[in-house]
Amino acid sequence: MRSLSCLAKGENEEMTEKENSRNCVLITGRTQAQTKGMHLGKTGDLYARAVSVAVMHPEMFKSMGVEAGCTLRLRTESGEISVRSESDPGLPADMVFIPMGPVANKLVGTDTGGCGMPSFKGIQVEVAPE
Amino acid sequence: MRDKTLGIIGGRVYDPANGMDGEVRDVWIRNGSVVSPEEADKSGAMIIDAAGMNVMPGGVDLHSHIAGAKVNHGRKMCPEEHASHKRDRLEGGRSGAGFTVPTPYMTGCMYAEMGYTTVMEAACAPLVARHSHEELEDMPFLDKGMLITMGNNEFLFDCIGRGEKELARDFIAWTLKAVRGYGIKVVNPGGVENWKSSRSNAGSWDSEVLGFGITPGKILETLTWAADSLGLPHGVHLHGLNLGTTESAEQTLRSIREASGRLHLTHLQFMSYGKDKKGRFANRSQELADAVNANSNVTFDVGQIVFGPATTMTSDGPFQYNLGTMTGHKWFGGDEENETGGGIVPIRYSPRNRINALQWVTGLELFLLAKDPWRVFLTTDHPNAGPFFCYPQVIRLLMDRSYRMEVLETLPESVRKRTILGEIEREYTLGEIVTITRAAPARVLGLPKKGHLGPGADGDVAIFHPGDDGRRVPKCRSGKGCRRKMDLPRWVIKEGEVIVKNGKAEGETHGKTLHVAPPFDFTVEKSIREHFSRYYTVSFDNYPVQDCYLPLEEEVPCR
Amino acid sequence: MKNVDSVVCTFCGCLCDDIRVSSKDDGTIEIKGACANGKGHMEEYDPSPVSPTLRGEPVSWEKAIGEAASILRNARSPLFYGLSSTASEAQRKCVTLADSIGAVIDTTSSVCHGPTGIAMQTFGEPTCSLGEAMNRADLLLFWGCNPMVAHSRHFTRYSLMPKGRFVPEGRKGRRAVLVDVRETPSAKAVDRFLRVKQGYDYEVLSALRALVQGKRMDAGEVGGIPREELVSLAEEMKGCRYGVAFFGMGLTMTRGKDLNVGQYFSLVRDLNAHTRFSVIAMRGHGNVAGADAVLTWQTGYPFATSLAGGVPVYGPGEFTAVDMLARHEADAALIVASDPKAHFPAEAAAWLDSIPHIVIDPVFPLTAQGATVYLPGAQYGVDAEGTYYRMDGVPIRTRAFRERQRPTDEEIFDRLLEEVRR
Repeated sequence: MRSLSCLAKGENEEMTEKENSRNCVLITGRTQAQTKGMHLGKTGDLYARAVSVAVMHPEMFKSMGVEAGCTLRLRTESGEISVRSESDPGLPADMVFIPMGPVANKLVGTDTGGCGMPSFKGIQVEVAPE
Repeated sequence: MRDKTLGIIGGRVYDPANGMDGEVRDVWIRNGSVVSPEEADKSGAMIIDAAGMNVMPGGVDLHSHIAGAKVNHGRKMCPEEHASHKRDRLEGGRSGAGFTVPTPYMTGCMYAEMGYTTVMEAACAPLVARHSHEELEDMPFLDKGMLITMGNNEFLFDCIGRGEKELARDFIAWTLKAVRGYGIKVVNPGGVENWKSSRSNAGSWDSEVLGFGITPGKILETLTWAADSLGLPHGVHLHGLNLGTTESAEQTLRSIREASGRLHLTHLQFMSYGKDKKGRFANRSQELADAVNANSNVTFDVGQIVFGPATTMTSDGPFQYNLGTMTGHKWFGGDEENETGGGIVPIRYSPRNRINALQWVTGLELFLLAKDPWRVFLTTDHPNAGPFFCYPQVIRLLMDRSYRMEVLETLPESVRKRTILGEIEREYTLGEIVTITRAAPARVLGLPKKGHLGPGADGDVAIFHPGDDGRRVPKCRSGKGCRRKMDLPRWVIKEGEVIVKNGKAEGETHGKTLHVAPPFDFTVEKSIREHFSRYYTVSFDNYPVQDCYLPLEEEVPCR
Repeated sequence: MKNVDSVVCTFCGCLCDDIRVSSKDDGTIEIKGACANGKGHMEEYDPSPVSPTLRGEPVSWEKAIGEAASILRNARSPLFYGLSSTASEAQRKCVTLADSIGAVIDTTSSVCHGPTGIAMQTFGEPTCSLGEAMNRADLLLFWGCNPMVAHSRHFTRYSLMPKGRFVPEGRKGRRAVLVDVRETPSAKAVDRFLRVKQGYDYEVLSALRALVQGKRMDAGEVGGIPREELVSLAEEMKGCRYGVAFFGMGLTMTRGKDLNVGQYFSLVRDLNAHTRFSVIAMRGHGNVAGADAVLTWQTGYPFATSLAGGVPVYGPGEFTAVDMLARHEADAALIVASDPKAHFPAEAAAWLDSIPHIVIDPVFPLTAQGATVYLPGAQYGVDAEGTYYRMDGVPIRTRAFRERQRPTDEEIFDRLLEEVRR
């Protein structure tokens, strides 16, 4: 059984300021692949792959001078991860989508504002190519 | 099985069904049923010394919203209400919470602790009956059943529209059997369908039910006929048209005049309003009482207002929406496919509010002007007019004119001046109270083993010491000025087992679910299957309630 | 070859109960009629008996139950969480267990439709059963949800496509509008898609309420949606015969949370002054509506409830699982039919990992990795029967189409209760 922490790097690694980092808004949610991976078992490869991806608008990749598929580093005030990327023209220009799961949740804080629900959608995130 | 006998010795027995009005007598229960003294096995019997105490059958409540989807939504919606009304598991048993909508466990304990042993859930949509059964399973001590809402059922509407009353009757039988129901509940027939289809309602028995070409009058007539044709133990249980409005009395009087069979009018208090000469909200309780007095096929439960908080919850969708709009309170609405609608609005009855005061007077006038206690039943339409655990306050108001006058004095003068309540001298006797809280409801429900203490009856008994009246410390916020009778039974027995001692529930025995299974023509299933495949979002095969939901049950025979 | 019909899929809140399962002689099964999610849920589960584990090592049931009971008895501040993918019979026993040891009990609602419950408690909720959408709705509104992915038969069986009594033309008799921050597959299936700026749902809903109430709008746009579109949507909603509004995490998880849902409910209420309109929350898991119902009828409260003091005490923010774990307030946990190590913010999941925790789940979840005790029960809907509540509260009994070789969750709780009370 593989632990998923090897897919997301820890917070201890320093992030060098890059000129083409972007301030975006992060949302997390369900995908078909993530759900399918769940059925086969969350400790399996399909699930691990399905939840370790950051999706952005094609324009965003262009503006950072990289191609979809590259590794991106994302940082919020709660944590930091490195994941592979995909593009989706259905997203707004400044939005990042990561499937719900343990990788996305490294970026989600525990402050629920007293209602119990963390902010799984609408998190300020800094995105840069690795 | 052990042979167990319980003897209740030397008490004053109130058993109106068997002509007893305070005679000092012994009551013997053997293996759960009342037996004659000769049949009791007195050696090794448990004996309760009831000298100086009043011994009566366990209470029977024929209309209370206690379990199921609607009740639970009401419970969920008002957490602020539960805050100071809780049950502590550290006192024994399980924890619970809820003031006007106590949790099922708490409800069972509190009814038992008041001397009640049988309660009928007032309204359950067949689609969600399984939920009611699950909650009833969690309700200790009581025997229970449920009335099934049918007055806005679209399959029935189709039948009635085509003049196929036999098919309608068979469908009703099929449904009652499928969901293990006890009787037919009718709520604003046609009005709820009009609300769902076109945001309208039904103002009279001649109104059109849009899309079906029928009238509320035709619906009631068909269901009344079906109940009698099937020989259901209980006749149609009606929440009629225009509830809570000044048009209610007029339509209720008409339904009494035109009733073609047994008719039970529920929470009649809410249906007894009219307008005075100046067009103001007024009550017509005298006329309603006269009409009931003159028609022996008609019975009613009052739905008495208790001042304080309440939670209105009915299947009357348009009424609930209007109440939400009028009060501005949070409003829950619930439309159920093919079957019914409904809603929930929390409310508070205040003695200083002219309308509420009039409502309070109306209920008491109905109680006091009705001549035949065998056709009047004590309810608060829990939790619509007040919580069930306030029945002892209502009993006191009926038995003690001085208390009645004391409360009447606190109401607005304009209400006192224009109603006759102050002039009514009558005080209910204990025998009459026992009638309207036990003997009569059991009889109209068609439960031959309930509500009396003759041989063969279920061994359900409540024993009160007159000195204990008013001794229960109420947890409610309306405690000040509340006077009560029969609030703290010394003993409550259920099928020969002690379930309450000195007003406190003991252990967690479970009662049975009472249900009917009238016969029907099996070929009706074909039409019902087709109806399901066209209009339902659940499969026909998954609709009927399986046996496992009724671990303890008793089928009550149809006539 | 054996066919079982009217099988109930327990994956999501749709609780489709028209599935056919064919069991072949070679032991394989074929699921017909379910969506890919449901099919995967039912097919991938292997009902063969699995040993419980203690710190990762297989042990007997007796040993595992004994250790679990010991953890619960010795905990000062136990947290029970999950429940959304097990039957009401098990949920009820779980609450009884929580009551007997004075635990905090919370369900997956707290990270899903908990805000919806809070909104209902403030504003009420004008709702209906799914069949009212099928039979009556000529207008559907989807806000912040993606049924094609998360409730894949919703459109076809319940809302968009089916013919109903008063919508005999089916799809052609309905208009559907979807509001979201991004264009999802669901957005492509409806008649009208409105893209709302992330975090601005509350503002847009407020504007719609004002328009429905007849106010004039001066601003050119709200939340990225142009005035003309909002005006025409308000008119469309007022002018329909029966509208049903659905919604999901797009409202509950984003800035505003319960206030967003409150505005949505209030909008639907406002619309009832003009026409008939109802709202249905797209409950995610198969029986999270049941968890809601069971907790409410046993404690008075739908989630976030502490039984520590002997009476139920309600407290979203206090007794919700993420909060308790983040503040290190739980010293032991019982995780049932859910996967918080996958779905909770990392910091909360990390605390859970560090305290003694017991996991009950038919399929090994991430949370069972590193769990003290893992108890693998049967899966309701496949090899066990039990009661599930659909997203609209309709309760259906699941069927078992495979032979049961494991204890049910209900039986596991019976054993835990017995052991804890010893």
